[in-house]
Amino acid sequence: MADDKIRVTTPLTDEVVKKLKIGTQVLICGTIYTGRDAAHKKITESMKKGEPLPFDPKGQIIYFVGPAPAKPGQAIGSAGPTTSYRMNAYSPMLLDAGLKGMIGKGEMSEEVRDKLKQHLGCYFLAIGGAGALIAKSIRAAEVIAYDDLGPEAVRKLTVEDFPAIVTFDCYGGNLFKEGIAKYSRE
Amino acid sequence: MREIHVSEVIPKVRSMCMDANYYLGEDVLGALKASYKSEESPVGKGILGDIIENARIAHDQQVPMCQDTGFAVFFVEVGQDVHVNGGSLSDAINEGVRQGYKDGYLRKSILGDPIKRVNTKDNTPAVITYDIVPGDKLKIIFAAKGGGSENMSEVRMMKPSDGVEGLKAFVIDRVKRSGGNPCPPIIVGVGVGGTFDKCAQLAKRSLLREVGSKHRDPFYADLEAELLEKVNKIGIGPQGLGGRTTALAVFIEAYPCHIASFPVSVNIQCHAARHKEVVI
Ligand code: SF4
Repeated sequence: MADDKIRVTTPLTDEVVKKLKIGTQVLICGTIYTGRDAAHKKITESMKKGEPLPFDPKGQIIYFVGPAPAKPGQAIGSAGPTTSYRMNAYSPMLLDAGLKGMIGKGEMSEEVRDKLKQHLGCYFLAIGGAGALIAKSIRAAEVIAYDDLGPEAVRKLTVEDFPAIVTFDCYGGNLFKEGIAKYSRE
Repeated sequence: MREIHVSEVIPKVRSMCMDANYYLGEDVLGALKASYKSEESPVGKGILGDIIENARIAHDQQVPMCQDTGFAVFFVEVGQDVHVNGGSLSDAINEGVRQGYKDGYLRKSILGDPIKRVNTKDNTPAVITYDIVPGDKLKIIFAAKGGGSENMSEVRMMKPSDGVEGLKAFVIDRVKRSGGNPCPPIIVGVGVGGTFDKCAQLAKRSLLREVGSKHRDPFYADLEAELLEKVNKIGIGPQGLGGRTTALAVFIEAYPCHIASFPVSVNIQCHAARHKEVVI
């Protein structure tokens, strides 16, 4: 592990989240849950109705991903992030319920940033289009809900040193804004 | 009349689907390596290094470079002296997609209806465009088009008075608003002219060009170079976290247009620029 990378284990605590500032490269270990558009819609609908959820969001991280099927001998197929803005409508509700982080690609909304600040959470970026590389850090995958959604089903992933970068931190920082401002030559 | 049986088409389409998803083109890889060397942002450099490593893993292990293995898009050039027999050519192409996506462990991302949203579970149907051309060959071009970059695309019916400056401003604005969403570094496909629908297709077709190639018309070659420079000055960088490498190429495809019109389209392609072609 390179010195500049921080290893974090789920579930995340406030103490850990406070150490994670934008630009920090993390290696995530433990359990994370997958969810993208259709699963988020179902989960938040269940929340509104007070129905049981596929997993307890407290302290957890949701990875926005719809993996490719596993080849024989693989735990999972290629599994890079999907674009996060499509989850802007759902993530605030999950953060209110105790979720500590999301992993995806692209920027998220101001509302999400505010919620991360309010509840002490992080939005992590995984490299979009690096699905084969990222899959190597996923040791096990199990569908736990909405199997009928195929790639969109909710999976419980066991990860070891899953590589990600903190892009929204609990202090209101936004690496996209800072990074682009730094390199803009317009 | 040359006879081609559909059974010849199916296995060729099947392999194209797999190969395009496993093996990134040398042109794209070369451009990624060059930008890895020149990228000023340390974070950006790290990301480019990982993207190059990802392409190597996908190649060596024959797994898709990206989990979004795309909408199966085809451009088919049918020689007018060819007679396809044994069934429908479109059915054969879709069967090839079905087999390729299943046997290649590629993701099935297609919903049977955009509003009802139920997965067809075999990645069909494909989007197929046919052209009748002289000759007795059948050329099939396949592109796997991911949703993330496709979603950042747009057609705008501009005014003739907007001119080339208007086109430039639109392209830059479209890339800016896309930010990190389409997995930069990207390739920017621009269509100009034609009708509303033709214009969108020009942009999509332009993305089939080899990265590093120059436009055949010097006017457009210069415009592409200017736009690429402008795009890379925005500072979006790899994955939108800031840097010099926002785009690897800008490609423009033009077509005659109506006196009242100035249609411009931008089709964004991510670094997982996957396409293959076969000639039968
Ligand atoms: S935009 Fe391209 S690289 Fe990014 S997830 Fe979609 S298909 Fe993959």
